Amino acid sequence: MFFEIDVTIRRGGQTVSGDFKALSGLTALFGPSGAGKTSVLDAVAGLLRPERGRIVVDGRVLFDSEAGVNLPPEERRCGYVFQENRLFPHKTVADNLIFGLRLVPQGARWMTPDEATEFLGIGHLLKRMPRTLSGGEARRVAIGRALLAGPRCLLMDEPLAFLDENRREEIMRVIERVRDELRLPILYVSHDRSEVERLADQVIPIHSGSRPPADP
Amino acid sequence: MILSEAEWEIVALSLRVSFLAILAALPIAFALAWVLARKRFAGKVLLDALVHLPLVLPPVVTGWLLLIAFGVNGPIGRLLSDWFGVTLIFRWTGAALAAAVMALPLMVRAMRLSLEAVDPKLEGAARSLGAGRWRTFFEVTLPLASPGIVAGMVLGFARSIGEFGATITFVSNIPGETRTLPLAIYSTLQLPGSEAAVARLAVISVVLSLGALVLSEVLARRSGYGRGGHVL
Repeated sequence: MFFEIDVTIRRGGQTVSGDFKALSGLTALFGPSGAGKTSVLDAVAGLLRPERGRIVVDGRVLFDSEAGVNLPPEERRCGYVFQENRLFPHKTVADNLIFGLRLVPQGARWMTPDEATEFLGIGHLLKRMPRTLSGGEARRVAIGRALLAGPRCLLMDEPLAFLDENRREEIMRVIERVRDELRLPILYVSHDRSEVERLADQVIPIHSGSRPPADP
Repeated sequence: MILSEAEWEIVALSLRVSFLAILAALPIAFALAWVLARKRFAGKVLLDALVHLPLVLPPVVTGWLLLIAFGVNGPIGRLLSDWFGVTLIFRWTGAALAAAVMALPLMVRAMRLSLEAVDPKLEGAARSLGAGRWRTFFEVTLPLASPGIVAGMVLGFARSIGEFGATITFVSNIPGETRTLPLAIYSTLQLPGSEAAVARLAVISVVLSLGALVLSEVLARRSGYGRGGHVL
């Protein structure tokens, strides 16, 4: 198993539980908006501390509440493509792309900037500032930035959100190529059934768990 | 307008006092802004109020409190002179302390606002890309907050250049040592037939303050990465 995840996350009175094992390939966390799918990704990335549980990725324990393990995000090596991209507004596209690349040890890198810009078709954008990019362009840069940090897996949060029909198709092809050509395991959050049916090797339903007792 | 030697002395002293005040206040102001923007703790309201105190107190009272604390027999003043042989009272360094205390609230406010405007989600993104806390701070948080930090320094500088009440109360009005521009204007006003001299000093004052403002706009625009980084 590549992902072994069993966590309970408390977020503002709502409890989200994720308990699943998944092989490499693309695993979709599927559920209605507000179910807490993003919280599960945040927990895997180390940006949100679960109340309890255990997160193992590729045999490496990232979080274990009982053993007191909680690796900081910078040591987890999970590439995260955020729903809002979160490109650094004060850096050019090129500097955004190499942000993570500079920080990982030589041996952990598996893609060069040239390969990434070629793979994503963003060579003409390198000197631009993020605010000048269209939605599809920014999404491709965000994917490139995550790939260049030499991740062992990719976390994608609604990567087709806020895109028009043509851009959706374009980004979906990129994701398929990450899955099939780069063979990078992906945890993929979506609320769109057609998208999940097309992309996912495995689907994990996520719904917010037990409501607080006061709330019937 | 060519400055006389006496005027140069006043301007140089004012600049020296204000630069020292801002440099000394900068790390303290930034630390306070950081704590107030990012941390939650008991007594935060109290700290916030304390930082803002010099803004709302009559400057004379601030100067008097400094006199009590840093005077020859004051608790801090005695400590400084016993341990380091440093006296602040009636010295230009004391004028800088008074200016720093008066400038601090303005600096903290501007820096706090800019730190609060930095999206913590961007810091999370940096962490997920392999950056530790410090690298994230220096590569993401600090550059994004820099227009506000510059703004805070300029506001603080302008406030320091104009400081009067706390300064004259704490370190008196000694020519060449603590007689900064506003104090010099005040002293000159006491002399009969001094209208022209006062006018000259007033013009110098306006030029200095405007200069600081223009410089800060230039700096903010340069670091504004296209979002229109305005200081004011």
